[in-house]
Amino acid sequence: MGSNQETPGVRVTVSGLRKSYDGHPVLKGLDFDVAPGEIFVVMGPSGSGKSVLLKHIIGLELPDEGEIFVNGDPVIGTQITDKYRMAMVFQSGGLLNSLTVGENVGLYLSEHQLESAEAIERIVAEKLKLVGLANLQHHVPSELSGGMKKRVALARALAVEPQLILYDEPTAELDPLNAITIGEEIYNLNQRIHVTSIVVTHDRDLAFGVADRVAIMVEGEILVVGTPEEIRSTSNTAVREFITADFNLNKTSKTP
Amino acid sequence: MFQNIGEMFLLFGKSLKALPLAWRHRRKILEQLFEIGNASLLMACVLSLFIGGVLALQTGPVLVERGLSSFIGGIVGLSMCKELGPVMMSILIAGRIGSAMAAEIGSMQVYQEIDALRTMNINPVHYLVLPRLVAICVALPLLVVFSILVGWSGGALVSVLNQEIGISFQSYFGNLREVVEVRDVFDGLFKSFGFALIVGVVGCHQGLNTIGGPRGIGRSVTKSVVNSIVLILIMDYVITRLLMVFDY
Repeated sequence: MGSNQETPGVRVTVSGLRKSYDGHPVLKGLDFDVAPGEIFVVMGPSGSGKSVLLKHIIGLELPDEGEIFVNGDPVIGTQITDKYRMAMVFQSGGLLNSLTVGENVGLYLSEHQLESAEAIERIVAEKLKLVGLANLQHHVPSELSGGMKKRVALARALAVEPQLILYDEPTAELDPLNAITIGEEIYNLNQRIHVTSIVVTHDRDLAFGVADRVAIMVEGEILVVGTPEEIRSTSNTAVREFITADFNLNKTSKTP
Repeated sequence: MFQNIGEMFLLFGKSLKALPLAWRHRRKILEQLFEIGNASLLMACVLSLFIGGVLALQTGPVLVERGLSSFIGGIVGLSMCKELGPVMMSILIAGRIGSAMAAEIGSMQVYQEIDALRTMNINPVHYLVLPRLVAICVALPLLVVFSILVGWSGGALVSVLNQEIGISFQSYFGNLREVVEVRDVFDGLFKSFGFALIVGVVGCHQGLNTIGGPRGIGRSVTKSVVNSIVLILIMDYVITRLLMVFDY
């Protein structure tokens, strides 16, 4: 992995982003700016358009209106991944099931013929060690747990030496311990290489634990952006409702 | 339907443009070749043996009755190399390999593996479609050669062993050599090459356009097989007509 100088984070600017599917608006004019090296968390309930937003940032989807810039270069209408090294950790991991763990992690390097086979092997071992999965190169994804798959996806993202990493629900379907491990890895990685990180999640612990700034997104709109402390103390009712939601059950004891 | 056809032409064009990259993907091409051969050889053998046999069984007694038994070899020979070998093998491959392509690429689409490739700046057409298309275009004509030879042998076995026909191997193969020309075999290979493109492009296109979960994958597989067979039969007529216009 490169140093801070080798992998400086990029600035991401989203302006007036709108997207509808079959007439149903999913993104309703999003505007925000992510500074280089920042961990920016977009938090909101399921179905609020968070994953769609990430797909737009990395160029997998085209918006109906609006612009996205990476270091001032437009994402729309260009192959932005040609110019900047970007990686995305998918909710499902997005590992290629026909490849081994090692082949998955080294895929970017081997397909673009950036390193020799020996160097790729070394880099793969290094990245897997970094995410706590040393010596798993020869396993196949189907042999791994959900948490391990996400860490392999993270190792694969690291092998790209990215300037921007997008995380799509990195702690979804994980037990609390694994969720904490993933959260720590996101934070440590950011501290180590100062990569810009955009995380979408509905996990409040993750959001407030790792974010430099948090945006609350509800039904395709960003209601508020601020530091975790600012979000916690906001007076916005919808935001307060989301961040303080808890069970409200009148439980009676059933123990004899 | 027209949109699908347009998209398939576009996919074919992109694959053609990526052809110079085939050497870089040689390992994946070899894997696919092995997959196609391994999955289809035994089935191709059984199918062709019986097709040749049935052809001889159907035509033999009628020809014998009219004193034309020496023509059986030629009829089986021509039918196998110009029509039945290429068409039946292509239908078999559409069912076994085209469906597998649609299922594999479709599941990669559904489970975000293709999105992951795109984020790594890896073109799915280069990575997934090109190796499959090159492999099937090499494998299907080879399977057709194999099918023709086995089909001829099946016809010979029935012609010799069936008491209603009862001709000798020499008579069967003598007539076959007299009637079948090398260009007839090449016509069959040319057809099979066209059919291979159809099966490959349809399978990959359906896979890449899979939406929904497992039900979507199932739908793609079914569509890939049905569309391939329909297109093979339509193209069979078109290619046959073209070959007749240009060659004869």
